[in-house]
Amino acid sequence: MAALVELRSVVKHFPVSRSLGEITRGQHPVVRALEGVSFDIGAGDAIAIVGESGCGKTTLGRLMLKLVEPTGGSIAFAGSALGGLAGQALRDFRRQAQLVFQNPFDALNPRFTIYRAVAEPLLNAGIDKAEHMDRVASAFRRVHLPDLDRYLDKYPHQLSGGQLQRVVLARALVLAPRFLVADEPVSMLDVSVRAGILALMREVRDDMGLSAVYISHDLALVKYLCERTLVMYLGRIVEDGPTGEIVRRPRHPYTQALVAAVPVPDADQSRSPLPIKGNVPDARDPPSGCAFRDRCPHAFARCAEETPSLRPLADGHRVACHLDFVPH
Amino acid sequence: MILDVDNLKIQYRTRAGAVHAVDGASFVVPEGRIVGLVGESGCGKTTAVRAIMGVLAENGYRAGGRLVFKGQEIDEAATRKLRWRDIAYVPQSAMSSLDPVYTVGAQIVEVLTKRGGSTRAAAARRAAELFELVGLSERRLADYPHQFSGGMRQRAAIAMALALEPSLLLADEPVTALDVIVQRQILDTLRALQQRLGLSIVLVTHDISVVAYLCDEVVVMYAGQVVESGPVREVLARPRHPYTMGLRNAFPDLMSDAMALVPIHGSPPDLAAPPPGCRFAPRCPFAEAACRTEFALPSGKDHFSACRRDAEADQLRTAALDPVTWQRSLSYAAS
Repeated sequence: MAALVELRSVVKHFPVSRSLGEITRGQHPVVRALEGVSFDIGAGDAIAIVGESGCGKTTLGRLMLKLVEPTGGSIAFAGSALGGLAGQALRDFRRQAQLVFQNPFDALNPRFTIYRAVAEPLLNAGIDKAEHMDRVASAFRRVHLPDLDRYLDKYPHQLSGGQLQRVVLARALVLAPRFLVADEPVSMLDVSVRAGILALMREVRDDMGLSAVYISHDLALVKYLCERTLVMYLGRIVEDGPTGEIVRRPRHPYTQALVAAVPVPDADQSRSPLPIKGNVPDARDPPSGCAFRDRCPHAFARCAEETPSLRPLADGHRVACHLDFVPH
Repeated sequence: MILDVDNLKIQYRTRAGAVHAVDGASFVVPEGRIVGLVGESGCGKTTAVRAIMGVLAENGYRAGGRLVFKGQEIDEAATRKLRWRDIAYVPQSAMSSLDPVYTVGAQIVEVLTKRGGSTRAAAARRAAELFELVGLSERRLADYPHQFSGGMRQRAAIAMALALEPSLLLADEPVTALDVIVQRQILDTLRALQQRLGLSIVLVTHDISVVAYLCDEVVVMYAGQVVESGPVREVLARPRHPYTMGLRNAFPDLMSDAMALVPIHGSPPDLAAPPPGCRFAPRCPFAEAACRTEFALPSGKDHFSACRRDAEADQLRTAALDPVTWQRSLSYAAS
């Protein structure tokens, strides 16, 4: 089956303000948010994109929704290049691809009632007003807020965080999309509430046959959501594979560090020291070759000279590292 | 012990009446230990440490209870005198403790000269020492806060809190906004400081895996009260309060084989009008009729739990592992 979303060598550079020296030298410094990202999302797939702040994961999500345009490479949705979409085709795409916002407290206009917030996408898509109430009601049932009358005339500040996140999800589902991008969908919620939202997102995805991308900094969370995980570092995918494999047998030295750094709620855990030192380098001036080499305990000469490409290992597991066998 | 919090009550005046943010919380901080104060938003954990530090919001006040620091009872005026010198505070957002228009070095020097009475030369030397202590390069003293990454700002805020050599450090969600690798580096720094300086630390967090990684003792708060406390190992391995059991189930665990998290249905009560009886009862799958009217005081030795059914804790713990158990509270919570 053809992929629903295809990314090929996607590059995104953001210009940054120039110093006087850079202006006189005619230089145009850029933040290299994405440096050649390629992968496919099949119909019904759920993919997690994890990495630290500044790795490009949020930019990648925005590109897939055509909220920003790539500097290079191409993105296709259901076989059509996003770059060429206009008019009705673009409106169709906007209906089929939806964003679930990170912070439910900011995602809704505080002066709109819950009904207006959830019906707004219908209005924007030019759907007959007579249909709005039915569609809103059906979206509310999907997110387990069946008692419509209790919510529709309320304002966001009258709802709890968990209820608001359900409303935000209902708003994303009201146009019956095929593709969902959720950027840190539960990071603002309390632990006891978060588990319910995660279960709901899984259920909605399975019921509606959605393809979904979850962007998160929290590797411990994504395993409850996604079968497949992409790990990003400084604008590149360094590892891509089944989530269970990534967690249990991480191959890339960066993924290994990430897994080692995640605390677990068990006081008897072994406290192995972090295998890497230092901080993520400046995305304006990343190291040559492999961007991780400065922090990598296994780096050798070739790592400075040549950027490793993603190479397949087994069963849909890919890693971008020059080491033949990455030690654990 | 360095700090004894005894039946502490903190209220906020609001238009809707008094909000009982902390309502009879008791716990101790043993000397040289790291105590995790854990709970969800609105449970009173931040209010409790702000009261210890004497920096409550304007409408907040102590409505009862005692704070005993190194054997001396301290009232609101006394906490103010202890601030920085004996008890120091690292706030939730390091950015808010640093002034954007001064260099980080100048701000540390100011704490040392204004509050500590150092000469400028001695303060400059001490600032360099403090930076080294928290793992920052001395050269960065000349930088402004915006030139620092999130992790560096947090280190700078810790350095500033340690300026006057306090014996008790209160850190409010010091790693929450940070990426995991940076988070781990800061936690390791806190542990190293605790050992090197013999500090006692209270770490406020919503994250039980951070508690598991760093803390010696844990105090679990719910709706303004302490529901369970004790050694971390003991409390996480054998929780006795149903809220702690639920929290443990709801918390993601990278290494577990469980494929689903189990939510606790419902939300915490309104603290302007807290329910009588156990505050967790409306969400508790084990609540009996009496739990809604009767209140249990913490009981136990070293490991305390405030649950009417504490004698059955072992059976409840086994039942709590089954996700179906938590479906039972659904009907109550919805009401």
